Amino acid sequence: MLMKKKNSQLLTIVVLSIFLFGCQTIPKDAFKLKGSALAARQLQTRIYETNSELELLIAGVGALQDMGFNIDETEKDLGLITASKSVDATDGLQMAGAIFIALLGGGSTPIDKEQKIRVSFVTGKSIQSNKYRSRVTFQRIIWNTQNQISRVETLSEPELYTEFFDKVSKSVFLEAQGI
Amino acid sequence: MSRPARYIFLILIFAHLSGCASQNSRLLASDSQVQTRSIQTRSFDTNDKALVARNVISTLQDMNFVIDKADLDLGTISATKLSGYQIKMTVTVRTRRNGLQLLVRANARYNLETIVDPEMYQDFFNALGKSLFLAANDVE
Repeated sequence: MLMKKKNSQLLTIVVLSIFLFGCQTIPKDAFKLKGSALAARQLQTRIYETNSELELLIAGVGALQDMGFNIDETEKDLGLITASKSVDATDGLQMAGAIFIALLGGGSTPIDKEQKIRVSFVTGKSIQSNKYRSRVTFQRIIWNTQNQISRVETLSEPELYTEFFDKVSKSVFLEAQGI
Repeated sequence: MSRPARYIFLILIFAHLSGCASQNSRLLASDSQVQTRSIQTRSFDTNDKALVARNVISTLQDMNFVIDKADLDLGTISATKLSGYQIKMTVTVRTRRNGLQLLVRANARYNLETIVDPEMYQDFFNALGKSLFLAANDVE
């Protein structure tokens, strides 16, 4: 009986140690195209009537500046602009939750404090003549009040993309008017 | 905890710690260079470097990457995917010596590890091949 107990203890320790020291597993499907990839591509793409790719890129830079982004990298030969901005990430609901826990004597709970939003704006020729397309992808990194990264994710809300492209449209128009 | 169990626990910890790589091997990586290259490289029957580079960018975007930087002359494209984890990927496009084909090489890191799984690279190149076909036919 005593032997049995020891064995089970040993087993627990071995299993625990595997869990504690084992490597994180790499998600195998990270480079697999999902069925939703085409829909996402459509959501992230819009076609513009401009005379050149450069004009669309300039309008893109303008629109990103309008939204307060700083440009990190550009490569006009490939139609690429990369930009980022750091903004507040405090969320009222999360803050209320933290206060509630603190009131119950649960000590301080870290809440989201700051986020960095990264965006890549990519242009290319459309099959339709005299038209160019732009495709944009957003992601963000969120830090909490203890300066730890609390979340990293891709932003995929359709409204975000619609509003962004509206601003680019406006920018294309403004650039054409020389404003 | 019983005495033998304690010993085994200590031995396990020791084994795990001593199994860690030295600083130099962390920096230089110890895998075979030839094997690494063969897993990470494919050739494409075109010499249009810009076309392939642009398709690399759109394939990465299909996989939810945000492009960090790109340079057509050097043929390098770097991108990051954030999805609860971080994957950083660099893809290079260069002309083969025969001048008729392009060599595309991809290398990726998942958090603090290098991705060595050949199947994952195969997935990426499959998607890139598809995208080159899609781009020719334009489905936007």
